[in-house]
Amino acid sequence: MTTAHETAPAATASKKAAAAAAPSMNIARVASLITLALLLLVPLFLKNFYIFQMTQWLIYAIALLALNILTGGSGQFSLGQSAFYAVGAYTAAVMMEILGVNYALTLPVAGLICFVFGFLFGLPALRLSGVYLALATFALAVAMPQVLKLHFFESWTGGVQGLVIIKPDPPEFLKTIGLKVSQDMWLYYFTLVVGIGIYIASVNLLASRSGRAMMAIRDNQIAASAMGIDVPLYKTLAFGISAGITGVAGALGAIAVAFVAPDSYTIQLAIALFLGMVIGGVGWLPGSLAGAAFIVFVPNIAESISKGLSGAIFGIILIVIIFLVPHGARQVAYMAQHLIGKIGKSS
Amino acid sequence: MSTMLAIKELRSYYGQVQALHGLELSIREGAVTTLLGANGAGKTTTIRAVCNMVRSTGSIEFEGKSLMGRSTESIVQYGIAHVPQGRGTFTTMTVEENLQLGAITRKDTKAISSDIEKMYAYFPVLKQRHTQQAGTLSGGEQQMLAVARALMLRPRLMLLDEPSFGLAPLIVRDLFGILKKINLEDKVTILVVEQNAQLALELAETAFVIETGRIVMSGNAKEIANNEDIRKSYLGY
Repeated sequence: MTTAHETAPAATASKKAAAAAAPSMNIARVASLITLALLLLVPLFLKNFYIFQMTQWLIYAIALLALNILTGGSGQFSLGQSAFYAVGAYTAAVMMEILGVNYALTLPVAGLICFVFGFLFGLPALRLSGVYLALATFALAVAMPQVLKLHFFESWTGGVQGLVIIKPDPPEFLKTIGLKVSQDMWLYYFTLVVGIGIYIASVNLLASRSGRAMMAIRDNQIAASAMGIDVPLYKTLAFGISAGITGVAGALGAIAVAFVAPDSYTIQLAIALFLGMVIGGVGWLPGSLAGAAFIVFVPNIAESISKGLSGAIFGIILIVIIFLVPHGARQVAYMAQHLIGKIGKSS
Repeated sequence: MSTMLAIKELRSYYGQVQALHGLELSIREGAVTTLLGANGAGKTTTIRAVCNMVRSTGSIEFEGKSLMGRSTESIVQYGIAHVPQGRGTFTTMTVEENLQLGAITRKDTKAISSDIEKMYAYFPVLKQRHTQQAGTLSGGEQQMLAVARALMLRPRLMLLDEPSFGLAPLIVRDLFGILKKINLEDKVTILVVEQNAQLALELAETAFVIETGRIVMSGNAKEIANNEDIRKSYLGY
């Protein structure tokens, strides 16, 4: 084929599209700025216990983001995220308590170790898809707490007892400039910064060539390979990246809770994460915050309604949400956007 | 004109089941070749074997280089584009993103955007719908998108797997007209696998007829179209 240099019409076409999409873009931008402002300001007015809960919320949001990249991005299911989360948490705990490493440095190491672990697990998972892959990852989640309890690792992991971590103090310079910041508040902002960094990186990843390759595989594997996409590579890469981010979340979780034990990372955690992804909207990254809010706060709400039947009430809330908005927070966001657009037009 | 693709003694397997039994086929550079046959004869398998999507033995040579044992993505890099059966649309992505994916192995960003404009000139309907999710296109539009996406690779050889499947006769005529144009103007060699023998024989210069994994007939497309015995016994029209 010959190359005619006809980039001008392309440019005008994309400009037109941008103009048409502008109002909805603005709504999305305003919404994300408001969210960011709330995330920055709200903790300033809260007691430490609630700040701690918000930290938990952000940490789960990061773990959900990771699952969204795997399932929403590359179309692979995982019920084994709790295993990657556990590896990240133990990496941080062992490095801090036994090797005496600074807490901030444990995050990249946890991410790297989990990336390798996820990538290696992704290799055999290549032969599986859909529900079979979900089952294989399920096995991983079930096995992980038992592996962590093994006598062989006990001098490192503390066996059944787990490991207690010393909560890090806020850096000295905050005190010298006259800011009084509690440990919980410091950890909250630390988590927030890490979370924003991971979010931006994930958005860029999905918009990149690699991200498009992953989404092509999700949509149609045969066509993707016919386009010259290395399907096994991108599938395992998605597993690795997802596991890596989950590992960072696990490390943050260990630091925030100041304790790791095998039974904190059972299949229940993996199922909670899966649930959170569905509630947030599969493949929609901002939904991770909504999904995480659900898994952190709704059990508390259910318990405040009835202590004895909290599980049942949780179930009812879940069913009502799935029934009303099957696509989760994503659907709510679209409906809101539509509504605001309508109001904007009529006024 | 020289031989571009030479397939010899090709045997392909799905698990234990053998689908091709020593298939022999050759494609001349610059020509349109068609592979005809009934359901289950091995047409799709032949295309998949060229792209190494199915376990095969024998020899497949593209411009003298063996394709056997090469990965699908490296075969694509040679300039062999595959329009899969059922169009293979990336349904949740926009039309334009689908076209960009066709060029995912290319690195010349500027030429890619000018090629996208070129595809819009070939298929104006795709331009109208360029921000639309590809899954919402009609069958005919998705087939045009599949062809355009394959062309984004700037292929030397394009393999089309039943492009007429499920399309209205008028749309099939349009599509085949564009295929002829692509063949003549862009010098893309084409192998089209079809059940719609009549139309494929009009488009192609050379035809092969496949039955249960073997070539049973080959020759000039016009001669095959005019030979009533062949038509009745193999092509069913």
